[in-house]
Amino acid sequence: MLAAMLLAGCGSGDDGGTSGGRDGGTGGGAVGGDLTGTLTVFAAASLTGVFTDLGDRLEADHPDLDVQFNFAGSSALATQITQGAPADVFASANTGQMNVVADADLADGEPEVFTANVLEIAVPAGNPADVTGLADFEREELALAVCAPEVPCGAAAEDVFAAAGVTARPDTQEEDVRAALTKVELGEVDAALVYATDVAAAGDSVEGISFPEAEDAVNDYPVCVLADAPNPAAARAFVELVLSDEGRTALADAGFRTP
Amino acid sequence: MRRRRARGGQGSVPVPLLVPAVVAVAFLVLPLVGLLVRTPWSELGSQLTAPGVGQALRLSLVSASLATAVSLVLGVPLAWVLARSRIRGRGVLRALVTVPLVLPPVVGGVALFLVLGRQGIVGRWLDEAFGITIPFTTTAVVIAETFVAMPFLVISVEGALRAADARYEEAAATLGADRWTTFRRVTLPLVAPGIAAGAVLCWARALGEFGATITFAGNFPGTTQTMPLAVYLALQRDPESAIVLSLVLLVVSLATLLLLRGRWLGRAGAAP
Repeated sequence: MLAAMLLAGCGSGDDGGTSGGRDGGTGGGAVGGDLTGTLTVFAAASLTGVFTDLGDRLEADHPDLDVQFNFAGSSALATQITQGAPADVFASANTGQMNVVADADLADGEPEVFTANVLEIAVPAGNPADVTGLADFEREELALAVCAPEVPCGAAAEDVFAAAGVTARPDTQEEDVRAALTKVELGEVDAALVYATDVAAAGDSVEGISFPEAEDAVNDYPVCVLADAPNPAAARAFVELVLSDEGRTALADAGFRTP
Repeated sequence: MRRRRARGGQGSVPVPLLVPAVVAVAFLVLPLVGLLVRTPWSELGSQLTAPGVGQALRLSLVSASLATAVSLVLGVPLAWVLARSRIRGRGVLRALVTVPLVLPPVVGGVALFLVLGRQGIVGRWLDEAFGITIPFTTTAVVIAETFVAMPFLVISVEGALRAADARYEEAAATLGADRWTTFRRVTLPLVAPGIAAGAVLCWARALGEFGATITFAGNFPGTTQTMPLAVYLALQRDPESAIVLSLVLLVVSLATLLLLRGRWLGRAGAAP
C-alpha cells in the first residue's frame, strides 16, 4: 500500500502530475487510477462549500483516493502546519498566513493565487435598521459586528473603513467571519461586515449590501502543495483542479471572484 | 490514627499509586513548562504594559468574581434542594443542572441568545418593556460565565451536603430550630469547606471561560474582551504575546487561589 503510494508519487512527479489536469479534470478514468491513499487539505473556512464539492469530484475520478478536509481560520491552519500537522495542501484566505508557511520553507514551490473575496455588508432579512452603506457603521444606536483586527476579515474591514473615512462604532469584534454572520442570522446585530461568499452561502436569513470601498480590500486566496506532503501526487492533482476552469466555475458559483 | 501515620512514614506512597500520580503530574504540568520555555522573557515588560492587557485582566477578574458571587447566591440553595429536599423529579433536576457541563460552550452562548438576546424569548420583552439589551455588554459576560461555571459549584456543594452528617441538623430540629435557621446556623458552617472548594472551581472555570462569552457577549476591548478572548485573538497575530498573556492569567489565578487557600486552610487548621 505504502509502496504503491510512493510509486504513484514518483510516476506523476515525472510527468508533472497531469492527472486531473488543469483542463477537464473530470475526464479519463484511466489516468485516475494512479492516485490512492488519503489526501489531507487544510483550507480556509470560507472555502468549505466549494472545496468539499471539488474534493468529491476528485474522489469520483480516483476511487482509491480519500480526500479529507480541515476547514478553519487561516491563521489557525498556518499554526498547525508550522507545528508539523500532516497536511498535503494549504489554501489560505490571505497572503499573510500563506507567507507564514512559505517563510518556514514548508511550501513546495511558489504559492499560487486562485481566487479572491471582497467584503459585503450583511443585514438580517428585511434589513430592519435600513442599512444602506458603510456610513451606517457610525450609527451609535445600531448593534454592529465587525471582525477583530487580528483576523483577516477584520484587517480588511479596517482598510475599507479607512478608505471610506468612516469611524466605525462596532459593538463586537468577532473572532472570525462565521461568528459575525451568525449574529446577523440570529438577528442580534443590525449589520455585520463579512465576505460576499458568506452572504451567498447564508441563504434567505441574510441579505447582502455591496459597497464601492470594498475594492480597497480585495483578499487574495493563495494555495500550495506542502513540502512535507505525505501524498504529493494527490496534492498536485487537487491544486490543479482548483486552478482549472472547472475549479474557477465552482468558485464563481459560490460568490468568489477571479483573481 | 496518629500512631498509624507515624508508623507508615510520610515517604511511603504505595507504588501502584505513586506511578500513576507521577504520570498525572507530568501530564498536567508539562504543558505549563512548554509555555514557560517559549515565553519571550526579554519582551515580557513591553508585553505586560501593552495597552489593553491590564484592561482585559481587570475585566476577567471582576466578571469571574461576579459570576462566582451570583453562583453562590443561587447555587448553594439549589444544591441544598438537590441534596436535602424530597421534591419529586430531583434526578431530572440534577441532570438538567449539569447540562451546561456537557454542552459545548459555544452552543451555550447561542442558547443564551435564544433566551436573552434581542430576539430571544425573555430578551425581546426586556428590550420592548425597559429598553434593556443584554448581548455585547459586561453583564452578558457575567451571565455567560455564570451559566458555564455555576454547575461546578452546585455539584461540589451538593456532594459536601450529602457527605455531611445529617444528625447535627436533626439535633438542631429537635431543639426547636426551623429549617431555615438550621440551614444558616448548622448546615452552612458544616459544609463551608465544600462551598469554598466549589467556589474556587467555579471561579477558575469562569476565569477561563471562552466559548459562551465570545458568542453571547461578543468581543470588545474594555467591555467584553476578557483575557481568554485576548489570548485567542493575540494568537492570530502574534503567538508570543499570546504566550505572555496566558502566563499573566495563569500567575494571577494561581496567586489568587494560593492566597485564598492559605486563608481557608489557616482557618480550618485553627479550628480543632
